[in-house]
Amino acid sequence: MDDKRDEVNVKDESKEEASYSLNDDRRVKVLSPGALVVKRFLRNRLAVVGMIMLLVMFVFSFIGGLISPYGQDQQFYRYESQMKEFAGVVRNDDFRYTAADGQKFDSVLQAKFQLAYQKKENTFEYKDITYDVQEEGTDFYSISSEGTMLAIAFKDIVNAEGEEIPFDVKFGALKAYTNGETSFEAGGTSYTLDEDGNILEGENVRGYISRFVVSPLENGVDISRTFKEELEATINEDGEEFVFVDEDGTEHTYEITYDPTTLTWSVRQGTETYVYDTYSRPGKTHWLGTDTNGMDMLTRLMYGGRVSLIIGFIVVIIETVIGVVLGGLAGYFGKWVDNLIMRIVDIFYCIPSLPLIIILGSAMDAMKIEPQIRMFYLMLILGFLGWPAITRLVRGQILSLREQEFMTATEACGIRVSRRIFRHLLPNVIPQLIVTCTMSLGSTIIMEATLSFLGLGVKFPFASWGNIITDVNDAYVMTHYWFVWIPAGICLLIAVLGFNFVGDGLRDAFDPKMKR
Amino acid sequence: MRKYIIKRLLLSVMILFCVTFIIYALLRCLPASYVENMAMQLAMKPGAKPYEEWLSQLNASYGLDKSILPGYLTWLGDAIRGNFGDSWKYTVPVLQQFSDVIWLSFIMGAIAFVLQLIIAIPLGVIAATRQYSRTDYAVTAVALIGISLPTFFFATILKLIFSIKLGWFDLFGLVGRDYAQLDAMGQFLDKANHLVLPIATIVIVSIGSLMRYTRTNMLEVLNADYIRTARAKGLPEKKVIYQHAFRNTLIPLVTIVGGSLPGLFSGALITETLFSIPGIGFTSYEAMRIGDIPFSMFYMTFMAVLTLAGNLISDILYAVVDPRVRFA
Repeated sequence: MDDKRDEVNVKDESKEEASYSLNDDRRVKVLSPGALVVKRFLRNRLAVVGMIMLLVMFVFSFIGGLISPYGQDQQFYRYESQMKEFAGVVRNDDFRYTAADGQKFDSVLQAKFQLAYQKKENTFEYKDITYDVQEEGTDFYSISSEGTMLAIAFKDIVNAEGEEIPFDVKFGALKAYTNGETSFEAGGTSYTLDEDGNILEGENVRGYISRFVVSPLENGVDISRTFKEELEATINEDGEEFVFVDEDGTEHTYEITYDPTTLTWSVRQGTETYVYDTYSRPGKTHWLGTDTNGMDMLTRLMYGGRVSLIIGFIVVIIETVIGVVLGGLAGYFGKWVDNLIMRIVDIFYCIPSLPLIIILGSAMDAMKIEPQIRMFYLMLILGFLGWPAITRLVRGQILSLREQEFMTATEACGIRVSRRIFRHLLPNVIPQLIVTCTMSLGSTIIMEATLSFLGLGVKFPFASWGNIITDVNDAYVMTHYWFVWIPAGICLLIAVLGFNFVGDGLRDAFDPKMKR
Repeated sequence: MRKYIIKRLLLSVMILFCVTFIIYALLRCLPASYVENMAMQLAMKPGAKPYEEWLSQLNASYGLDKSILPGYLTWLGDAIRGNFGDSWKYTVPVLQQFSDVIWLSFIMGAIAFVLQLIIAIPLGVIAATRQYSRTDYAVTAVALIGISLPTFFFATILKLIFSIKLGWFDLFGLVGRDYAQLDAMGQFLDKANHLVLPIATIVIVSIGSLMRYTRTNMLEVLNADYIRTARAKGLPEKKVIYQHAFRNTLIPLVTIVGGSLPGLFSGALITETLFSIPGIGFTSYEAMRIGDIPFSMFYMTFMAVLTLAGNLISDILYAVVDPRVRFA
């Protein structure tokens, strides 16, 4: 069986050999011009590398966005323990005054008392009335005139717990406290003082005495007695930190710092805050970390690539359509049509495009145009400013092709003008056109990225490689968070380089004069 | 020849009129937010006129109350007489601000340009003479990388490496913190030090195209018949390349180099902005961002003139240098 089939094959081959003469063209493997171009292209190493780069970038941007578990503008959060200012503590070193029931002790008298205290005098006079100062305990004085007590001056503060503490109880308590006694009597009731400065009426706590004033930073925060005590104890021990369990049973850590210039202790509370997960380092959940808004960097890069590539393509398509139509018309008709179109091209060539786009971008900023509509405008502007180069190219090619025999033939055949231009002339321009378009894709992407970098192109919430890099305007981000801007720049470089390598390879491949 | 130049000059002037008109019309169509903001501010002052009155007064004083065509003609009349108005942002005559900053841009451009020529042309020639060798691939790759590098990204990398990691240069600006205390030599060196990174950026980003241009033209010449003849005569390869081939490559090179001479004045807008170098590019960028119409108008006109001058110079040079091209 096998032998037989072999025989048949051999026969066939020998038949083929025999049917062609030695110099027959069919003996030579003939490649179409297209296949030749492909072959030449594939032989160029740089071009192949470029092709791979482009493929990677396309897969990354268009398929990556689908695979990524995160959305383009999905924000991430994390818990962060932040020390927040909670309260200020002052050790009271000024006299405070309380007037006796039915008496007045205004600020003038307070000042007079202060003077007398400093001069260590026992009396002072004001408006022909003599006031007597009586030292009742350490830093505790009573002021009276003609035997009636007017007011007391003290530095240890009596804090009421519940209802107000009447004057006589206050007086008694302070007197006992400053003299180191543990009990006193006022208004017929007996009170005791315990070690912590509590004023007890039997078992009832009426209030307490303390040198420290604790004032919460935020309004409406009630600072409990036990908290104050713990705080005081820590301050007395020169401690810097203490843990307090509040009524709900949650533990809070407090830091105490002493500021010698203002003689205050500031208490800072550690609270868990729910914040945007900004600039988190690359890790398992975010392979390239997160950006300034707490968005996943890798996902932003993918979507940014999509935006940059799509904008590049649309702009180049706009350029090419306008360029080919106008260039074709100018080249084919010549004379005044050519003259007119070429003068328009000259004018457009002269318009400085970057400044113009910057001005238009600033105007769009001023008009507060929505980011999405802005993107369309951007494509239109870039496309509309870029066509003259393609027009020149197409016109130049057509001018020379027009004079060739095959065009005379089409004329002789009576083919329609539009058909002659678009079916017979333009296909001959396509090789150069493809090269130019590939190269200008690269430059368009750079242009878009530059504008987005300056904040004039694609705007937040849309990502683009350019506006991702904008974060480096903050020097801190530039130096500390490389993962925010370096990957975006590398993506940009790879994509543009890919287009340029491929364009360069295509130029060589299309050029039949090139050796190899 | 003279007739050709005159014709080209007239054409350029015509194009310039059209370009300036288009730019003027575009600028006028945009919302003049600057004037509105200013009117708003002035109206806020105690005892001031209402907003509408201020707006119309400001519009009148800036020539914005006329419709576009008469407005353009007024601008053109002033511009021809050398009066481009006062800059809104810098509150000095546009030309004064321009002459303050242009020389810095020119010096930067000129140094970068000379460096480019020195580096790009020899490399291009070498790449062409050893086509498809490793050197050629390397040169082509470097040239393409230069073209593909976005200026802002490259400048940032340079800053990160040389300013932050190595600390050799400052991040921004033209002068250092202690500039005022330095003597003349120190001041010069300080400025030079601040210009290193911007110039490096410009050179590397724009070197690629000249390198490739040299290579392509050299290749073309090397494929020409007279080179084959020279080789057939038995001339040494060095002589063939540097005397026969390179001289002919100079024709397109001189043309393109001549054509880019006016461009030295145009400043590097992006680079200057990135490094906050107060040249014409940065100055105009700031002016354009706030919609300073007189300065933007002047800058764009200036750029258009530079482009036209560049084209004209390269066309004329082409005719002068290449004896095969002569105009009747």
